[in-house]
Amino acid sequence: MPGKVIVITSGKGGVGKTTTCANIGAGLANHGYKTVLIDADIGLRNLDVVMGLENRIVFDLVNVVEKTCKIRQALIKDKRFENLYLLPAAQTKEKDAVKPEQMVELCNELRKEYDYILIDCPAGIEQGFKNAVAGAEQAIVVTTPDVSAVRDADRIIGLLQAREIAEPRLIINRLRPEMVRKGDMMDINDVNDILAISLLGIVPDDETIITSTNRGEPAVLDSSSRAGEAFRNIVARIKGEDVPFMSFDFDLGFMDKLKRFIKK
Amino acid sequence: MDLMGRFFKDDTSSKDMAVERLRLVLVHDRAGVTPGLMEALKEDLIQVISKYMDIDEEAMEVNLNSGEFSAALIASIPVKRIRR
Repeated sequence: MPGKVIVITSGKGGVGKTTTCANIGAGLANHGYKTVLIDADIGLRNLDVVMGLENRIVFDLVNVVEKTCKIRQALIKDKRFENLYLLPAAQTKEKDAVKPEQMVELCNELRKEYDYILIDCPAGIEQGFKNAVAGAEQAIVVTTPDVSAVRDADRIIGLLQAREIAEPRLIINRLRPEMVRKGDMMDINDVNDILAISLLGIVPDDETIITSTNRGEPAVLDSSSRAGEAFRNIVARIKGEDVPFMSFDFDLGFMDKLKRFIKK
Repeated sequence: MDLMGRFFKDDTSSKDMAVERLRLVLVHDRAGVTPGLMEALKEDLIQVISKYMDIDEEAMEVNLNSGEFSAALIASIPVKRIRR
């Protein structure tokens, strides 16, 4: 069976696309799927440091599409995960160093040999976005529960649907249950109602993401990490399992219960 | 209840404001409507309607209004007289 190409995108920068890509990739590889991560953010290479593979880069995405090296030569094998490979972005080239047709060709090549190809899309809706989505058949949209990220996610969803990418799925990242409880952050239903696409996962704001990124180790295998657990659930859903969403209900204090009661 | 709400100092929570503002801005985003486009639409409407009716261009109003997830174009066009 040919592999699936999934683009991970958001519109707005800084919402956690790269972290999401690294964690889902590591999670899929850990389940035995041969997985390639492509960093499509040419000029702003990041997935390599998040993965802890920055010291092993020889060739990059631009070398591959220009055919100055073979795909196999440019793929960096992750030593911690048997089935995980990274195709890094070029750091010294421009976004237009790659054309959408070349991405389609690359994805078609990779499909033959790998189960999952995840593309880390750059922020924005320009050339980099067009390249990243060109070869993908599925899309994951990452947002945080704030007005600017949700607005940009809405725009991206529109663009994805215009490109006939069936059913983009949503990840709500950096949810802070405590703020939601106080009515100071949009909750899952608010974001879900507004964007109206199917929900793939909810990732709580979690300091372990920062510490694991400091080390260059995806949090998805850290059994003590709440965000890691959320990413494990997301991976299971991508595989097609039906996993219930994490519960973020806190034990409410008396005053909060009273407030809720009165609001109803 | 209003009184109780005020007692607890949360007439409108910040997240309700976020949801409300987002809904409004997304109506325009999704429709792809810019102020320039609205102006052009208004000009064209005046031209077409003027063939049949004498209208008060100054008092004419054309707005895009939003329902929860839909947009409606509301035009208020005062007619001075019907051309025959």
